[in-house]
Amino acid sequence: MRSGSDLLETLFWRAGSLLIIGYALLPVVWILALSLKPGADLNDRRFIPAEISLEHYRALVTDLQFPAALWNSIGIALIATLLAVLLAMFAAYAIVRLRFRGRALVLGGALAIAMFPPVAVIGPLFNLWRTLGLYDTWPGLILPYMTFTLPLAIWTLSAFFREIPWDLDQAARVDGATPLQAFWRVIAPLAAPGVFTAAILVFIFAWNDFLFAAALTSTNQARTVPAAIAFFTGSSRFEMPTGSIAAASVVVTVPVTALVLVFQRRIVSGLTAGAVKG
Amino acid sequence: MRREPDPSEERLGWLLCTPAVLAMLLVTAYPLLYALWLSLFRYDLRFPDERAFVGLANYVHVLTSGVWWESLLNTLVITLGSVALELVLGMSLALVMHRVLFLRRTVRTSVLVPYAMITVVAALAWKFAFDPVTGFVNPWLGVERAWLTETWSAFLVIILTEVWKTTPFMALLLLAGLTQVPQDLLDAARVDGATAVQRFFRVTLPLMKTTLMVALLFRTLDAFRIFDTVFVQTRGAQGTETVSMVGYHALVTRLNLGLGSAVSVLIFVCVILIALLFVKGLGTRIRRSEEV
Repeated sequence: MRSGSDLLETLFWRAGSLLIIGYALLPVVWILALSLKPGADLNDRRFIPAEISLEHYRALVTDLQFPAALWNSIGIALIATLLAVLLAMFAAYAIVRLRFRGRALVLGGALAIAMFPPVAVIGPLFNLWRTLGLYDTWPGLILPYMTFTLPLAIWTLSAFFREIPWDLDQAARVDGATPLQAFWRVIAPLAAPGVFTAAILVFIFAWNDFLFAAALTSTNQARTVPAAIAFFTGSSRFEMPTGSIAAASVVVTVPVTALVLVFQRRIVSGLTAGAVKG
Repeated sequence: MRREPDPSEERLGWLLCTPAVLAMLLVTAYPLLYALWLSLFRYDLRFPDERAFVGLANYVHVLTSGVWWESLLNTLVITLGSVALELVLGMSLALVMHRVLFLRRTVRTSVLVPYAMITVVAALAWKFAFDPVTGFVNPWLGVERAWLTETWSAFLVIILTEVWKTTPFMALLLLAGLTQVPQDLLDAARVDGATAVQRFFRVTLPLMKTTLMVALLFRTLDAFRIFDTVFVQTRGAQGTETVSMVGYHALVTRLNLGLGSAVSVLIFVCVILIALLFVKGLGTRIRRSEEV
């Protein structure tokens, strides 16, 4: 009797796990399947393609917009990530390690900006960027991405930095290490996971953004992938290039998904660090 | 224990925070003030010569137009619909992930996939899925329906896309809250004869109140800003336009900086109101729990 209900309970939770996996992966598998269908099969409404073809991926390579957009996305997201994490490291170190008036102000201000609606600033930024010559340029997107991810980066890094036993660096000094050695050999390896986590979260934000990209860019010069995909035009104006969109979607989803799969544990701890402890 | 602030430490602290603070002010506070200023002018980039101070006329225009109130209602419907569904679904996901050992790593990893997928891409994937010509949903359900051409079903698809994309975030936050519920309290309740349902509602939920409120606050504000999904799936057709889209169209499509800025400021005010509502709720909760 007892073991029977235990078995039932186990089965229930296992079914739950499988349901969650299915739920999470359904649209991803669907868009992958769509991208692999030959052009003639695009409208066959089957979930699993009857035939596999790489024609949409081949078309992407010679596409006028997509390779440029991919390059813009990678460059802009990487630079924004680098800058945001660097500035956030300084701020988080100060918040965790130093005593100064205004620590709470910086943390609170960052939190306020995390709740800030981006649409409230696109008009002024649009006007300002045109005056400053930043409209439709890389820096024109890097700046807002950096700013809107700083709160996330500062909170994540502060949470991680609080857990670092900073006194170890004193111990290393006593053992004869120079300050630089002490930092590089002892503190840096301890801080690296936190920095890395913050970097992934910032990168995902910049990679994902559509609003700023749609409002502040207009050409291949700085238009990123989300905007390029949303404004994709096919060979004819009236045909939605479903196959190309699906293939482009897969190309931009794969690298980030791979990143997430490899660093799953860190991303989870980063996402929840601020919310639960703060 | 508390020592006097050391002036050099204070200086270094500010020095280290300055770049980040400056960047945040430059791209948020300054443009917001600028928007406030612009909203008081008639200022259309297509007719820059007609720029003139008009006081609150832009606000009167927006607040007396049907477009603003309709879009606000749409935004609230989407926000409430998706956050409510996410809360229930996210809690179920969190409970399963908390309990289960089977495929634990795979489950936790796959849950991050919606979070990592670009919103525009997710919105397109679901749009294609529900498309009557391309999609698998109609044959699976055995219906023939053009989902995005009717108001209620368009809202359904939009909310579903939002829920799919953001439930994992909610679930992970709730899971972190769940792991902080002391196991001995639950065991004690079990010994006292509480059923699983009673344990959940009487022990687990009350202990998770702060986590719940924080998760709800973040998700509500995030959902209120919804733009990408609606833009991709309906472009605001079928009466699904949201406040962010109204602002975007006024500013970027019609280049009307005066009116658009008024919309931006109003959206900002809405966000502040929502945040205050939550903070007030959170504050009383915390005070009450301190009294107990």
